[in-house]
Amino acid sequence: MSTRADLLKRFGRDWLKPLSFWLLALPGLWLGWQWWALLTGAEHALGFNPIETTHRFLGDTALRILILSLAITPFRDLTRWTPVMKIRRRVGLAAFWYALLHLLAYMGLDLLVAAQGNVPGMFAGLWNDVVERIYITLGMFAVIGLVPLALTSFNSSIRALGAHLWQRLHLAVYPIAVLAVFHYGFMVKGHQLGPWVHGGVLGILLVYRIVHRLRKVQARNRSAA
Amino acid sequence: MIRRKNEIWQLSNELVTPKPAFLNRRQIMKAAGALGVTALAGCGQGSASARQMPTEGALAAQETNWQVSDDLTPYEAVTGYNNFYEFGLDKGDPARYASAMTTSPWNIEVSGLTDEPREYALQDLVDFDALEERVYRLRCVEAWSMVIPWVGVPLASIIERLRPSNDARYVQFETYLNRNEMRGTRLRVLDWPYVEGLRLDEARNELAFLAVGLYGEVLPKQNGAPIRLVVPWKYGYKSIKSIAKIRFTSEEPATSWNQSAPNEYGFYSNVNPNRAHPRWSQSSERIIGGGLLARRETEMFNGYEDQVASMYAGMDLIEQH
Repeated sequence: MSTRADLLKRFGRDWLKPLSFWLLALPGLWLGWQWWALLTGAEHALGFNPIETTHRFLGDTALRILILSLAITPFRDLTRWTPVMKIRRRVGLAAFWYALLHLLAYMGLDLLVAAQGNVPGMFAGLWNDVVERIYITLGMFAVIGLVPLALTSFNSSIRALGAHLWQRLHLAVYPIAVLAVFHYGFMVKGHQLGPWVHGGVLGILLVYRIVHRLRKVQARNRSAA
Repeated sequence: MIRRKNEIWQLSNELVTPKPAFLNRRQIMKAAGALGVTALAGCGQGSASARQMPTEGALAAQETNWQVSDDLTPYEAVTGYNNFYEFGLDKGDPARYASAMTTSPWNIEVSGLTDEPREYALQDLVDFDALEERVYRLRCVEAWSMVIPWVGVPLASIIERLRPSNDARYVQFETYLNRNEMRGTRLRVLDWPYVEGLRLDEARNELAFLAVGLYGEVLPKQNGAPIRLVVPWKYGYKSIKSIAKIRFTSEEPATSWNQSAPNEYGFYSNVNPNRAHPRWSQSSERIIGGGLLARRETEMFNGYEDQVASMYAGMDLIEQH
């Protein structure tokens, strides 16, 4: 056995999980650090509209990590490096946490302030936005859609649901990612590239998945015949 | 970086731009005027103008009664948080990249329904010895606002000099376009060049202003140097930057954001808290540089109802937004 394969194996076994944890936490830690600097009057990187910057940062991070979670299986298929599958669920879960923070920041820093601290007023504002503004409707559905997936992200829930049902449930992540891209696309002004780039990457991953599935079905049909 | 005690912008105008600086500048200008005519005539600066156009430093300006009771927005925010998509989509992009734009010499091409269509050198159009300072609130369509001390001249005085003919009813402005200098134009975020327009009575309204400076100094490039429109009762995108062309028309002229998304951005674009943007509320606004959670209720016509409401009498301001 070559030492390189050995190293990869050991890396997958001992390092992949802790490393991925810290990498996924890094954007959140950075944001927390910048807010600390802002609130203590030190130099920070949040610009002249820190709340807007926070919304954009959390939204971008959530969407990118969500797309990353969808790229893990194709990555395994292409490289045949199976240990990467050990972190797929936590990548998805990280996307959920950032999406939830994104929603909470919107509720706390925008809606609650606009309602002058009145909590029922904040929820009234949220309801109003969800009903009236298409990009918020889409974003809200995306976060809500992630909740059952996050709640069933434990080993015990895979056992309870059975692997087949669990996998089918978690396919919902594809339409959720589509919702998230449209949420982004409907939010920006003018013709901007960002939503198209994210949508393009997501599209490639979706096509890969469909082709992969079709091939599997074909192979199964062939062997059955 | 933006939280600081003893804010410099809270000092009086005199302290921000010391009188000696004004006087000094004037003397330099006069001396240059006296000495420089022949020298300048030979440098092929695009126009045979005898006058010079200041490209940096202090501008002398008469104080006016146009004031806003709220604190001025910090200079750093006014010049560091900009929408000038020709230089990129990030609010910091204009400050980062606008330095590439050539603003001197600057000519403005005047065309359309006027008795005198021609090209003007900026300094022949704007009398830099008769500038005034006006503090206006700027309300962006993105639901934030700033309070900015502009330096410039009333638009009405320029319109008068350009002599639109009797059948002219609108005026269109066009932003300078040089794709090599404006890296944001590589992407077709909007259909470049940026265009904006006003009804002629709006252009002649006492509030309409052409700014060549802010905070007592020559306009920074990211803010639309060397000359930009300021129409404070309308959303910020109407206040077109770096004006290179002025056209008088009889029909309502094209305006960039209206062309891009007609249901979201109308020709008038008057600030109106009662008409939500299809994608967000316009009822309140974030005060940039005013503290983390600083917000205020948005006012009809951005608080300039007394000066402008009569121009829209009988109009449905929700329909004709």
